[in-house]
Amino acid sequence: MTKRTKPTSHNVVPMKARFAIPRQDMPEQNPTKRAGNFLEVNLGLTADQAVIEAQRCIECGNPTCMEGCPVSIKIPDFIQLICNRDFAKAAAKIKEDNSLPAVCGRVCPQETQCEEVCVVGKRFEPVAIGRLERFVADYERLHPEEMSTESVVAESTGKNVAIVGSGPAGLATAADLIKAGHAVTVFEALHEFGGVLVYGIPEFRLPKEILRKEVAALESLGVKFIKNFIVGRTQTVHELLNEEGFDAMFLGLGAGLPRFMNIPGENLNGVYSANEFLTRSNLMRGYEFPDYDTPLYRAEHAITVGGGNTAMDAVRTSKRLGANHATIVYRRSEEEMPARNEEIHHAKDEGVHVMTLINPIEFIGDENGFVKSARCLKMALGEPDDSGRRRPIPIEGSEFEIPADMVVIAVGNGSNPLISQTTPEISTNKWGNVVTDEIGRTSMKGVFAGGDIVTGGATVILAMGAGRAAAEGINEYLKTGEWV
Amino acid sequence: MYKIIKAEFIATGVKSFKIEAPLIAKKREAGQFIMLRVHDRGERIPITIADSNPEEGWIQIIVQSIGKTSMHLNTLETGDALHDLVGPLGRPTHVDNWGTLVCISGGVGTAEALPIASAGRKAGNKVYSIIGARNKDLLIAEKEMSLVTDGVFVSTDDGSYGRKGLVTDVLNDMMKDGLVPNMVVAIGPLPMMAAVSNQTKLLDIPCMVSLNAIMVDGTGMCGACRATVDGKTVFVCVDGPEFDGHKVDFKELGTRQRMYKKQEAESTKCYLERMADEAAKGGN
Ligand SMILES: Cc1cc2nc3c(=O)[nH]c(=O)nc-3n(C[C@H](O)[C@H](O)[C@H](O)COP(=O)(O)OP(=O)(O)OC[C@H]3O[C@@H](n4cnc5c(N)ncnc54)[C@H](O)[C@@H]3O)c2cc1C
Ligand SMILES: Cc1cc2nc3c(=O)[nH]c(=O)nc-3n(C[C@H](O)[C@H](O)[C@H](O)COP(=O)(O)OP(=O)(O)OC[C@H]3O[C@@H](n4cnc5c(N)ncnc54)[C@H](O)[C@@H]3O)c2cc1C
Ligand code: SF4
Ligand code: SF4
Ligand code: FES
Repeated sequence: MTKRTKPTSHNVVPMKARFAIPRQDMPEQNPTKRAGNFLEVNLGLTADQAVIEAQRCIECGNPTCMEGCPVSIKIPDFIQLICNRDFAKAAAKIKEDNSLPAVCGRVCPQETQCEEVCVVGKRFEPVAIGRLERFVADYERLHPEEMSTESVVAESTGKNVAIVGSGPAGLATAADLIKAGHAVTVFEALHEFGGVLVYGIPEFRLPKEILRKEVAALESLGVKFIKNFIVGRTQTVHELLNEEGFDAMFLGLGAGLPRFMNIPGENLNGVYSANEFLTRSNLMRGYEFPDYDTPLYRAEHAITVGGGNTAMDAVRTSKRLGANHATIVYRRSEEEMPARNEEIHHAKDEGVHVMTLINPIEFIGDENGFVKSARCLKMALGEPDDSGRRRPIPIEGSEFEIPADMVVIAVGNGSNPLISQTTPEISTNKWGNVVTDEIGRTSMKGVFAGGDIVTGGATVILAMGAGRAAAEGINEYLKTGEWV
Repeated sequence: MYKIIKAEFIATGVKSFKIEAPLIAKKREAGQFIMLRVHDRGERIPITIADSNPEEGWIQIIVQSIGKTSMHLNTLETGDALHDLVGPLGRPTHVDNWGTLVCISGGVGTAEALPIASAGRKAGNKVYSIIGARNKDLLIAEKEMSLVTDGVFVSTDDGSYGRKGLVTDVLNDMMKDGLVPNMVVAIGPLPMMAAVSNQTKLLDIPCMVSLNAIMVDGTGMCGACRATVDGKTVFVCVDGPEFDGHKVDFKELGTRQRMYKKQEAESTKCYLERMADEAAKGGN
C-alpha cells in the first residue's frame, strides 16, 4: 500500500445536488439474446455515465469505502480523477493497490465490501465503485497509448522467487515482487494462466482476453511464466529451492478439489462436478465443440446443485448450451444463497429456475447408465448453524422426483493434497488447508502461501490481498534472511 | 512447444514418439503418464510414458489411433512439436519382489506394461509377459518385452501369430505347465482387464490393473476420471492409475468410458472429412 494524501476535488456538482443523481445502471446484453451466447453480459458504463456516477461521491474526510476494500484501493482519489475525465490517471491510481482492476471491477462482491460501507449508501444507493473500477480498467486496456511508460520496476536485487499457481493470489504476488526488483517465475499446472479466472469463471462474466492482457503486462515487466509445470511432480518444492536457485517461494495453489455429495448415482454419466463442467466449457472451450475438440454434454433438463457463484456460473452455462430447463436446486432458501445478488438476478432474467429448500438424495439412471432424474427431499429451515445461516432439515416423507438428464454438483471445493503429500514440512490443518501466519509464512523456511489454499474457497480480492501481504513478507525475508 | 525427436510407426495405426522433455525424463517412474494437447484447440489426453532417457532428456510414448486426437497425433513426424505436455502424473507403480510376476497386456497396453515389467525384473522378480492382439499386424513391443522378461507368450484372436485365443487362455496354459504367478499386472482394453481380474480372483492371485478413465486435467481438480474401487469413489489420475483389479467396478467404468461416444464419432468424422478435403486440394 502506498501513502495517501487527500486528493484535489474535481467534482463540479454542489454537495447537496449529488444525492439527487441516480446511480447509473450498467448497460447489459438483452437477457433472451445472451442466454444463447457466451459474450459478456455486462457491457460497462459509458464515459459520460462514469463521470456522472463519480459525481455522486461526496468526498468523505473519512472514506469508509476504503476500509471495505480488502486491498484498500484509494477509492475517493480515483473517483476524483474520473470527475476530471483523467481516466488513464485513475487507472494508474487503482493499480497502485490492485494489479487486476478489470477483473475485480467485474467479479468482486462489491455489495458486501466497498459499496456496503459507502457513506452515500446509508441513505441512498451507494456509489457504484465496482462499475467505476471496471470502467477505468477497460479504458486503460483500450487506450494503452495514454498510459505512462515510465518503468515501475526497482533495481535488481539479484534474488529469485518462485510462484506456484497463476490464480489471482499468484498474479498479485508476482506483480509486487517484480516491482520490488526480484526475478520472478510463475509455475502453472494447466496450459493457461489465471487459475479459476480462466478455468472456472465463464467468458460471459469475465472475458479471457482480459486475463491474457494482464499476464502479458506482467510479462513485459519481466515476470517469467511457465505453463504445464506441476510443482510436486515436474519438480518438487525442495528441488526448486535447493537446486534451481530460488531464494523464496509463494504457494497460490487454490482450492481445487471438487466435493461430491456421496449419494447413490453420483457416478452416472451426465453427472459432473462444477469444476469439470466449467473446465470443459471455459478452459477447453467445449461450448465450441466440434471446432474445439473437448466434448461437453448438452441437456434438456439440466440441474445444478448449490447456491454459490460457482453454481450460478454452471447453471447459466448449461442454459447457454441449450437446456430448456436449467434449474438451481438449493437446500436452503434464496436468502441464504452465497452467490452475489447480481448473479442470481442475471440467472433468473435468462430463464433459470431456482428451486429452494430441496436437496437431492439420489440420482437415477436410464438403461445406458445416463442420469435421467433426481430424487429429492423437501427441507425446512431450523436454528442457525456454525455459518450463521439457518440449518436445513429434511422433511420426512416429502420425497419427489425431478427430471434431470444432466447434473452439476456445485457444493464447494476442498484443497488439492499434492503439495502437502510431497512436502510434509508444510503444515496443513484438518481441512487440508496450508497453515500460515499473518504475513503468509508457512512452517517451511522460505515458503509462503496465500489465497484459497490457506482460507478455503473465498474471493478473488481476498486471494489478491493475501498475495500482496505475502509479497511484503517475502521482501522482508529476502532483505534480512530472518525466519523467526 | 515440445519437440518430437523421433516418430515412427511400429504397427498398423500405432506410432512411437520420442519427445524432448528433460525434466519429466528425470523424474518419471514406471506406471506414470503425461497429459498432452496436439494443438491449441485440442483436447487434453492421457498417455503413458513407455520409456525415458534422463541423460538425453527424452521420454517415449506409444499411441494407437482410435479417434480424432490420437489420429491427429499420429500424423506428426520427427521434427514436429506437441502444443502442451505435462507430467509425470499419477502414482508410480508399486513394485515389490513378489517372486513371479506375469504382465498381461493387450493393444497399446503392452507399451504401458513394458516399464512395469522392466521395473519388476530390477526388483528381483522372475517376469513373464503375455501379449494379446487381434491379429499379427497389431502386435507391438514383443521384442522390447523379450529384452526385459524371462519369456514372452503371444495370443491372437485369429491365430495369425502365437496361440489362437485370449490372454486368459495363455495364463491357463501357463498355470497348467506349473508356472504360478505371485502377482499379475493387467493393462489393456477394459474387457481384457475385467476378464483377467475375474480369472485371478478365482485363482486367488493378486492382480493390479491400470484404469483408463476419461480425464480432463489429470491433476485431481475435476473428478472426470472417477471410478468405484472397493465401493468407494476414487480419482484415477491422482489415486491411480493402478488399482486392485479384484475390487474395481468395471461395469461402471465401461459405461463412463462410453459417455461421449456420440460426440467422439462426430469429432472423428469432421476430422476425417477435413483431411480428405485437404488431400483432394493437395492433389490438384
Ligand atoms: C466458478 C467460480 C466462480 C467464482 N466467482 C467468483 C466471483 O464472482 N467473485 C469472487 O470474488 N470470487 C469468485 N470465485 C472464487 C475465486 O475465484 C477464488 O477465490 C480465487 O480464484 C482464488 O484464487 P487463488 O489464486 O487462491 O487460486 P486459484 O484461482 O484456484 O488458482 C490456483 C492456480 O494454481 C494452480 N496450481 C495448483 N497446484 C499447482 C501445482 N502444484 N503446481 C503448479 N500450479 C498449481 C492451479 O492450476 C490454478 O491455476 C469463484 C470461484 C469459482 C470456482
Ligand atoms: C492413464 C492412461 C494412460 C493411457 N495411455 C495410453 C497410451 O500409452 N497409448 C495410447 O494409445 N492410449 C493411452 N490411453 C488412452 C488414450 O488416452 C485414449 O486413447 C485417447 O484419449 C483417445 O482420444 P481420441 O480423441 O483419439 O479418441 P476419441 O474418439 O475421443 O475416444 C475414443 C475412446 O478413448 C477414450 N478417451 C477419449 N477421450 C479421453 C480422455 N480425455 N482421457 C482418457 N480416455 C479418453 C474413451 O474411452 C473413448 O471412448 C491412456 C489412457 C489413460 C487414462
Ligand atoms: S477491489 Fe473490489 S472491494 Fe476493492 S474497491 Fe474494487 S470492487 Fe471494491
Ligand atoms: S464512502 Fe462513498 S461517498 Fe465516501 S468517499 Fe467513499 S465512495 Fe465516496
Ligand atoms: S482428470 Fe480431472 S480429476 Fe482426474
